[in-house]
Amino acid sequence: MKYVNEFRDGKKAEQLAKLIATEAKPEREYRLMEFCGGHTHTIFRYGIDDLLPSNIKMLHGPGCPVCVLPMKRIDAAIELALSPNNILCSYGDMLRIPGRARMSLQKAKSKGADVRMIYSPAEVITIAENEPDKKIIFFAVGFETTTPPTAVVLDQAIKSGLKNLFVFCNHVLTPPAITGILEPAKQKNITLLDGLIGPGHVSVVTGTLPYEKLANTYQTPITITGFEPLDILQSIYMLIKQINAGTCRVENQYTRAVNIQGNTKAQALMSKYFELRDSFEWRGLGEMPYSAIKIKSKYAHLDAEKHFTLVERTGTDNKACECPAVLTGQKSPTACKLFNNPCTPENPLGSCMVSSEGACAAYYTYRRNIKIKNVDSTNNQLRSANKHAS
Amino acid sequence: MPLDIKSGTIELAHGSGGRAMSQLIDQLFLPAFNNKYLNQKNDQALVTIPGQRIVIATDSHVVSPLFFPGGDIGSLSVHGTINDVVMSGAKPLFLTAGFILEEGFPLAELQRIVLSMAEAAKNCQTPIVTGDTKVVEKGHGDGVYINTTGIGVVSNGLSLSPTNIQAGDKILISGTIGDHGTTILASRQNMNFCSDLVSDSQALHDLVSVMVEAVPNIRCMRDPTRGGLGATLNELSQSAKVGMMLDETAIPVKETVTAITELLGLDPMYMANEGKLVCICPPQHSKSLLAVMRSHLKGREAAIIGEVIEDEHQFVLLKTGFGGKRIIDWRYSDPLPRIC
Repeated sequence: MKYVNEFRDGKKAEQLAKLIATEAKPEREYRLMEFCGGHTHTIFRYGIDDLLPSNIKMLHGPGCPVCVLPMKRIDAAIELALSPNNILCSYGDMLRIPGRARMSLQKAKSKGADVRMIYSPAEVITIAENEPDKKIIFFAVGFETTTPPTAVVLDQAIKSGLKNLFVFCNHVLTPPAITGILEPAKQKNITLLDGLIGPGHVSVVTGTLPYEKLANTYQTPITITGFEPLDILQSIYMLIKQINAGTCRVENQYTRAVNIQGNTKAQALMSKYFELRDSFEWRGLGEMPYSAIKIKSKYAHLDAEKHFTLVERTGTDNKACECPAVLTGQKSPTACKLFNNPCTPENPLGSCMVSSEGACAAYYTYRRNIKIKNVDSTNNQLRSANKHAS
Repeated sequence: MPLDIKSGTIELAHGSGGRAMSQLIDQLFLPAFNNKYLNQKNDQALVTIPGQRIVIATDSHVVSPLFFPGGDIGSLSVHGTINDVVMSGAKPLFLTAGFILEEGFPLAELQRIVLSMAEAAKNCQTPIVTGDTKVVEKGHGDGVYINTTGIGVVSNGLSLSPTNIQAGDKILISGTIGDHGTTILASRQNMNFCSDLVSDSQALHDLVSVMVEAVPNIRCMRDPTRGGLGATLNELSQSAKVGMMLDETAIPVKETVTAITELLGLDPMYMANEGKLVCICPPQHSKSLLAVMRSHLKGREAAIIGEVIEDEHQFVLLKTGFGGKRIIDWRYSDPLPRIC
């Protein structure tokens, strides 16, 4: 498939892997973090770490919007969904996230809640128009990538004069999350990371400028990176070169989608409808100042938090859960005592096991325990058999 | 009184056991399915089954939308059960059909479904010999649900079972994966995809027949329906207590399926198929079996996609086209699209 196959080419991967192996100095370790859950997913799905020398360690960051949403916000969404006159619209991967007492939106649905899985926020407008007697709540979640579509929902709701549509805003921001990881390490004077694989789709919206200050303050090279496996390999190569040269620049690997300024139209729409929150809790990372946005008070009539009385419950994560350490790159998922038993994607106890983009779920789904011999010879034989038969 | 098929709808009376039900059977079902067993209008069908090894399979069909590119719930309900029967290597003989209809369902649509079912059954030379109809109140069903049961006979000497699988065996697939699941997803109301993709819904009796004739010691066959190839291979691995190693580049996937699943953050490996089979066979027969499959219309895109290996974890593993390895996990439930 055009624009996809080119970025998944095994031969090019082999060439890049050789370049990386040549560039990486064997006497040292390189600790690289991919910020986005999408990157984590790609790394595991394509087995990218099998192509890297053993002294390049990939750490998995907090850029999984589903994973970092605190339990109390899930509980609030469930409560909104269970109210008889409401319809709650949600992206698919939020449905199974456990809240308090193992409840989820999917379970709420089986108890009679009207929960609609949407593929595009535009559907929320259609549902609101078709169900004038119901209150439609859009469970808006995600980083800067999914924020502009939520702004469009608000914009369209106003333009069409919809009185029954509300947005439950849970959008969070990327730069504060990067600060949240790098600042504690800086204060303790330790080097947590040697380089950061920076967000791709987020940067389509924000541009590369917001990362300049971070690279400088934390003396960490950042490469804005696409989500195809070759993007990630190339980005690793670019980071290794910067680390060896001792530079800490922001580089843009994802030039086919990202520029310096970002999408200014989307930014304008976001500024029109949203403002910074003083503080927001992140699952696994705790309260972080100015790390999320809320709907401006001018548009309070569309804000689910203002229209409905939401009871803030304090659901807490399992104490043995190592998600905070996993999300900040301090521990590998398999180092958690709960991993695989009892914490699994069917029974997630921590935030990183809940979404397919979470590091623990990716480990569980794709890696668990791979020790297989003679893979190459088996597959070479297969290729020749298929070729022979065609 | 003739049924008003053009504009009439299903009423509770059509499931009541009274004259309304009799009209529905006489005017809609019997003319479509038309065979000597059903035409006796007994509560059961008396059939003669040659040989002694009988296979029975049952499958209930609920699908939304009821009509989709490449098929509908009617043809699907025949193909699904026929395929379950023939995966044992059996020749299908008879089908039964149970309908659960929702009050208010248009008779014209029901007739379209029933005719499609009849045609599918005829194409498999497998008559629908007995059936049942129930009507549920409006709001208590999704238009039409169909249960079908199939009966077939397996010739002596054939014994297909996952317990036959051994390390070293080859894994074959009869064609592209994920066509049905992706078609259904793309044709749902809220998806605005324009694609030429059609469901692969088809009965595999004829393909199976040439396969078992050519290689009678095929270890096992299965149709990877719900849960897709990923779920089916995991089921087989666990039954046979073996591992599997697949080659991603050998697995046939249509470009449209790749595109749609890519956009939604889904994996073709877990998308349903309704006209494909997975076959495990001894390594020495894999090439000749592949040639037999590829010479059949329903197996033109067949491929050897992997090998059975010894693995204490019973994992299905994949060598990616990119050069890495990963597990093909057995998912807990349907995959959900990712946010970004």
